[in-house]
Amino acid sequence: MPRPSRAAALWSSPIGKKALMAVTGLVLFAYVVGHLLGNLQVFQGAAKLDRYAELLRISPTLLWSVRAVLLLAFLVHVAAGLQLSVLRREARPVDYATYRPVASTPAARGMIWSGLLILGFVVYHLLDLTLGVVNPDFRPGQVYHNVLATFGRGLGVAIYVVAMIALGFHLWHGMWSLFQSLGLATRRSLPGLQRFAVTVAWLLAIGFTAIPLAVVVGVVR
Amino acid sequence: MRIVLEIWRQRDPWADGRFVRYEVGDVNEHMSFLEMLDVLNQALVRRGEMPVAFDSDCREGICGTCGFLVNGEAHGPLRNATICQTHMRHFHDGDVLRLEPWRAAAFPVLRDLVVDRGALDRIVAAGGYVSVRTGGAPDANALPVPKTDADRAMEAAACIGCGACVAACPNASAALFTGAKITHLSLLPQGQPERPLRVRSMTEQARAEGFGHCTSIGECAAVCPAGIQLEVIARMNRDFLRAAFSRAAGEPLTVLPVTSPMRRYEAQPPGARETADPAEEPAER
Repeated sequence: MPRPSRAAALWSSPIGKKALMAVTGLVLFAYVVGHLLGNLQVFQGAAKLDRYAELLRISPTLLWSVRAVLLLAFLVHVAAGLQLSVLRREARPVDYATYRPVASTPAARGMIWSGLLILGFVVYHLLDLTLGVVNPDFRPGQVYHNVLATFGRGLGVAIYVVAMIALGFHLWHGMWSLFQSLGLATRRSLPGLQRFAVTVAWLLAIGFTAIPLAVVVGVVR
Repeated sequence: MRIVLEIWRQRDPWADGRFVRYEVGDVNEHMSFLEMLDVLNQALVRRGEMPVAFDSDCREGICGTCGFLVNGEAHGPLRNATICQTHMRHFHDGDVLRLEPWRAAAFPVLRDLVVDRGALDRIVAAGGYVSVRTGGAPDANALPVPKTDADRAMEAAACIGCGACVAACPNASAALFTGAKITHLSLLPQGQPERPLRVRSMTEQARAEGFGHCTSIGECAAVCPAGIQLEVIARMNRDFLRAAFSRAAGEPLTVLPVTSPMRRYEAQPPGARETADPAEEPAER
């Protein structure tokens, strides 16, 4: 009898699906860190940021390979998350009249909500700064100008800040939960992993939020 | 002391349940929670009403039979203790306590606070045992086991299968239970030959029973009366992923869930429930 492929076998079980979510989450996390480091060049002026944006597009093959990997990771992560969220409703069809969480963080219980917020933001963000469709004054190649255009509006700042808070919440739980899903966490390493997750979540949320706030207070103009 | 109780009353798996308010006026602080319910039941019987059904057996916290939620917390407010080992001194005069049964698709309510936890037994039946010949009791130290492994295996084996982990989990996942049962065997030499098959079979059974998935929320370990650690879930996941990438694992042996009519009933929306009336379908009972 032919065995189903490993990926299919993993996908068909909740534990395997969580492992796939952990791995794809790690890929997306690596991207987000790189994205932040690149974005922070906004503080070094327009020329530097625009040159960096040009550098990213120097090889279309490389650009699209990276984009393909990210898209695949994103789709697997989102699809698995949504499917498991449906499973959760099926596993407890009748809700508790009174339920008091005693140990868990709001981040842990609200992963689907922070995740959906990030999903919505990614769509908006691509339309805003990559395709320029919803940007008030989009000029291809002039990244610095486009960023200023987005953050010149209160709405642009608000969407961005809310999404980065959601990202912080998502990483707060996700960055240690992934080690649990992959079976790498032990009772000795767990507290350290949780501290690591909190630190990473704060660093990324503050790092990203610094950009619109800098535009608002006029440090970047 | 005086305690006000709001207890989930449900006549049978097919009936709709509701919370009913009772007052117990003469509660002694040295009573266990279940003894307080005994006092209530005695009064109910005297009044000619149906006593509240709840599960209990040893009443000393080692059998895993009792369990329900008190004000939204599995086994009540005392940590590392079953509800039978929670005494009334942990409550205050005039407290209003809401008692609700474990809720999960895999745990149909049989009556009041009693649920059917047969799904946990079927997870164990799917592979939570060792079927190699172990012979008679071996001499001490004939089979060396590192002290830490022995301790961790013993800790995992402390699981009494009460189901509080499932009840407290927002996903109704049995990961802590299944992880404990897998861990206590996979840490010992006798558990090694069947290790890959065991994890595949037991996790597949848990899925088939309708338990949810684990998102490392941690409520399970917090309410566990036996103090089972979250680590057992990581060990189960590790065993599972290793088995998924090995050729030796074989096909999982799944004990099919006993699909009782009440399980299908619970999964149905309230509007569709008329068809599941036991009186009309006696054959399905």
